[in-house]
Amino acid sequence: MIQPLKNILVIDFSQFLSGPSCTLRLADLGADVIKIEKPITGDICRQLYVSDLMIDGESSLFHAINRNKKSFVADIKNDIDLARIKKLIAAADVVVHNFRPGVMKRLGLDYESVKALQPAIIYASISGYGDDGAFADEPGQDLLLQAVSGLNWLSGNEGDGPVPMGASVVDTLAGTYLAQGILAALFKKNKTGLGSSVQINMLESSLDFQFEVFTSFLNDGQQLPARSVVNAANAYLAAPYGIYATSDGYIALAMASIPIIADLIKCGELLSYPTPSLWFSKRDEIKKILANHLIKNTTAWWLSKLEPADIWCAEVLNYECLRKHDGYKVLDMEQEVTTTAGTVIATTRCPVKINGEVLKYPAGAPALGEHNNSITTQFNL
Amino acid sequence: MKMHQPLEGIMVLEFSQFLAGPSAGLRLADLGARVIKIERPISGDACRKLALKNLFVGEDSLLFHTINRHKESFVADLKSEKDLIVLKKLIKKADVITHNFRPGVMEKIGLDYKEVKKINDKVIYAEVSGYGKEGPWKDKPGQDLLVQALSGLTYLTGNENENLTPFGLSVADIMCGAHLVQGILAALLLQQQTGKGCLVEVSLLESILDFQFEFLTTCFNGGGLPQRSKVSNANSLLAAPYGNYQTKDGYIAIAMCNLKIFLNAIQLPSTHDFSLEDAFCKRDEIKKAISAHLIHNTTAYWLKALGQQQIWCMPLLNWNELIKAPAYTTLHWQQQVTTANQQTIELTRGAVQINNTKLFSSHPAPLLGEHTANIIKEFTTL
Repeated sequence: MIQPLKNILVIDFSQFLSGPSCTLRLADLGADVIKIEKPITGDICRQLYVSDLMIDGESSLFHAINRNKKSFVADIKNDIDLARIKKLIAAADVVVHNFRPGVMKRLGLDYESVKALQPAIIYASISGYGDDGAFADEPGQDLLLQAVSGLNWLSGNEGDGPVPMGASVVDTLAGTYLAQGILAALFKKNKTGLGSSVQINMLESSLDFQFEVFTSFLNDGQQLPARSVVNAANAYLAAPYGIYATSDGYIALAMASIPIIADLIKCGELLSYPTPSLWFSKRDEIKKILANHLIKNTTAWWLSKLEPADIWCAEVLNYECLRKHDGYKVLDMEQEVTTTAGTVIATTRCPVKINGEVLKYPAGAPALGEHNNSITTQFNL
Repeated sequence: MKMHQPLEGIMVLEFSQFLAGPSAGLRLADLGARVIKIERPISGDACRKLALKNLFVGEDSLLFHTINRHKESFVADLKSEKDLIVLKKLIKKADVITHNFRPGVMEKIGLDYKEVKKINDKVIYAEVSGYGKEGPWKDKPGQDLLVQALSGLTYLTGNENENLTPFGLSVADIMCGAHLVQGILAALLLQQQTGKGCLVEVSLLESILDFQFEFLTTCFNGGGLPQRSKVSNANSLLAAPYGNYQTKDGYIAIAMCNLKIFLNAIQLPSTHDFSLEDAFCKRDEIKKAISAHLIHNTTAYWLKALGQQQIWCMPLLNWNELIKAPAYTTLHWQQQVTTANQQTIELTRGAVQINNTKLFSSHPAPLLGEHTANIIKEFTTL
């Protein structure tokens, strides 16, 4: 299998989702990732109690994020353990952490100190809000970052109040951007022999995610986004853009001409909106008419009218229906991984394909400290 | 400043349009690559005419300026033999090619990976599709909302029993563009080892499925379909009080915490009714009680009460409040860029910082074909 990061050693101090999702991607690209975990509890994510689902006594989230990694338990505050970690770092290519600003410095593991151990190191960190500034010491947690970055005013209907996106989108983006920075820095290191530090903060990650609409705000006299009153999907787009209930499910409609849709679905009321400017200014009216009309027949019926005319539309699937669909099966998106305890877990794979190959690895997430002995031997700690 | 950037010396030919591919090109440009957009005559990238709120800067939409700053524009008619000859000279010198045509289009033009490899076997050929190149969805429009709809994402946001709520941003496009950057950079590392290029493929659907990996893994292993809470839903997997709550003068976001400590901190009168074990299974009931209680006092009051117990919480801001906040101004997140027609616009920068350097760039998005003549001169005289 193709492994662009073969022989790259990553020492990962990060916890929860943002940092670990980055090192998961690095592992999928072939890197050797060693999690440094504190004694007894380890990565807090091991015990993050979610939806009642535990695997080997630990959260399903932990298993999803930490497959294909090794676990080395060490007490960073203990001098003997710290010396072993430093020895490990001296052999490493990349160090990752998501401690709050100042923590690594107090431990003597900030970039300058680590550079003294390993001059060509890539030192990668995620913070909540940057190393300085008024929020520097606030917790860098996904929902809180969504809250302060204005993200809550983009989803849902206008009357709904703030609606957070229902997944850890800021964590995921921060991890994704950190991986970009690390890969770019590794490229530079191969060329020049020089290491780098890479900094990502979650506030900027959330703002980068919003860059299209936030730039609009910065240049239009700072008008806040106004969501549709009904069937909202994007505050900046005209009708019909949205999701509508049908008699047996839901249908998604992307950008389209209202008169053409009116004709295809035989909805005379919509003919009162002939011009594109009305599709934006009267989008709530139009969407209400559409909602009242589309509920009268099945999703398949409407798709049979709209798809042949190249109207951008789709049925709406939940995970159960998605997994049964040939469009999903053909992706080969799932893989099974096995923990050392023998537990088999089904999960998703890396979304990037190289030379037509999907990147899959059989190793599950490590038990806490599972690799202490083998790592100690391998690196002569 | 560009001199010290990691992708200095890398040349990218961007055949991509709209958001996913061009957002990848933008990040590569910010990291130091030279990105040349290959655009069709007369209209160019379709994004030039796609505007949010009808905002235009000169001929092109503000949206185009946002996504395509720091790039060059080369006009070529992919159906013209003459133009293809020049293009192939560019391809010979290129390190990376990106495109997001539907499956089959590049084959027809003769610029698919197999052909391009013959011209330049070191090139990284990076493709974005909607749903992959096979299967019943391969010819479906690769549009963000449709991908959200098919991927199950619309069952995660908003409260249970409401209409389905998509993410109010092009999240599949953005994730896919970010994965494309990862794939290209990984391929460049591979090229450093082997001296050979490779094919990188991403799709909007695979990217948005990867994005949902926690929820999908939970579902695959017996956790069932995501069940949103009926009150203050923020993450279907998490227990009370996780969510946003209205206060007397605004809103407060509260992250995961020990329910007992939280209920004591807010002095909920019915605290004794809920145990730690109830946090997930009775979350609707608990969140309803919390909502009814938090509305009676101000955001500042609750921030203080919760902060004393080290409970993670923040006030909700809109963009007007955010841009005035010191935590925002210290970021230096905005940059002013002067366009070719001398208009100054306010853009943002990229979120990746290398060696504590923020990636600013004063180069505006190109006019259509602005660099064609110079590029021809540069590459045909070689």
